[in-house]
Amino acid sequence: MMRFILPLVIFLVLAGFLYVGLGLDPHEVPSPLIDKPAPTFNLPQLHNTAKNFTPEEMKGKVWLLNVWSSWCVSCKEEHPVLLSLSQQNIVPLYGLDYKDKKEDAEAWLRQAGNPYILSAMDRDGRIGIDYGVYGVPETYVIDKQGVIRYKQIGPVTQQNLNEKILPMVAELERK
Amino acid sequence: MRKLLILLFCLLPVFSYAGEAKDLAADPVLEKRMIGLAERLRCLVCQNESLASSHAELAEDLRQEVREMMLKGKSDQEIIDYLVARYGDFVLYDPPMKRYTLLLWFGPFAMLLLGAGVLVFQVRRRRRTVQETVLTPEAQQRAASLLNEEGNK
Repeated sequence: MMRFILPLVIFLVLAGFLYVGLGLDPHEVPSPLIDKPAPTFNLPQLHNTAKNFTPEEMKGKVWLLNVWSSWCVSCKEEHPVLLSLSQQNIVPLYGLDYKDKKEDAEAWLRQAGNPYILSAMDRDGRIGIDYGVYGVPETYVIDKQGVIRYKQIGPVTQQNLNEKILPMVAELERK
Repeated sequence: MRKLLILLFCLLPVFSYAGEAKDLAADPVLEKRMIGLAERLRCLVCQNESLASSHAELAEDLRQEVREMMLKGKSDQEIIDYLVARYGDFVLYDPPMKRYTLLLWFGPFAMLLLGAGVLVFQVRRRRRTVQETVLTPEAQQRAASLLNEEGNK
């Protein structure tokens, strides 16, 4: 009897590991920046290049920083979600236009709608490196003290907005 | 005319030359040091490629970043720390020993020990079940003569 049970148990354990492995996304690398101060920057604004934007202006507010680009395909996927979020006025949404051309970025927002209060232009991707960006879109939840609390890798969906990001924003607002 | 053309095309490979990708840094020593370091780092975009071999745009940017940091006189360790602070231990091909990497480092040895234990256990148990048959002197003699016969053939 043992002779059959043991291989079966080993098989089931292996199958269990493989099954869990299938559900993991190797592209979701946990960010070491969680619970660390958001790297500062001072970049020109996309729609008003004469003016700059720096995260310091956002001290005292819970806000979202969405890294996007006009050439990024999955950004188009999350765009409707961001648009509807911006209309609800729950949390300020700022953009970091990553390695993009000004004209392309403006054309894309004109065509698809602009969910951002404003976007900062990270032309050479230096700030992206500081934020550990490795695949746009990425979205950061930053608290009142300017600390990164959460990072969404890949497109924001209505589901993870409802289940993760918005509850977290609400909790951080209370603090 | 056609033959001449074909001949010409046959000669084409002689004139074509595929070289290594051009070094972007003017300083080949620095470039070598950069590549040496980048080979130990993982590209986050195509995760099974090193930072040295990846063609992802981010990898190019990071190589440039590493070059510039080297030009500023930063040590390899400082550069590694810089990247780890942004992208996590995941960028290292040689994972550091930490509490949550203990299983990674010692798991294989634990499995080996476990296997050895099972083996010893099994062998011992078998030894208990397989009993040595005690031969009578006659039987022993017969066995010896049979073996001899075999040997003489």
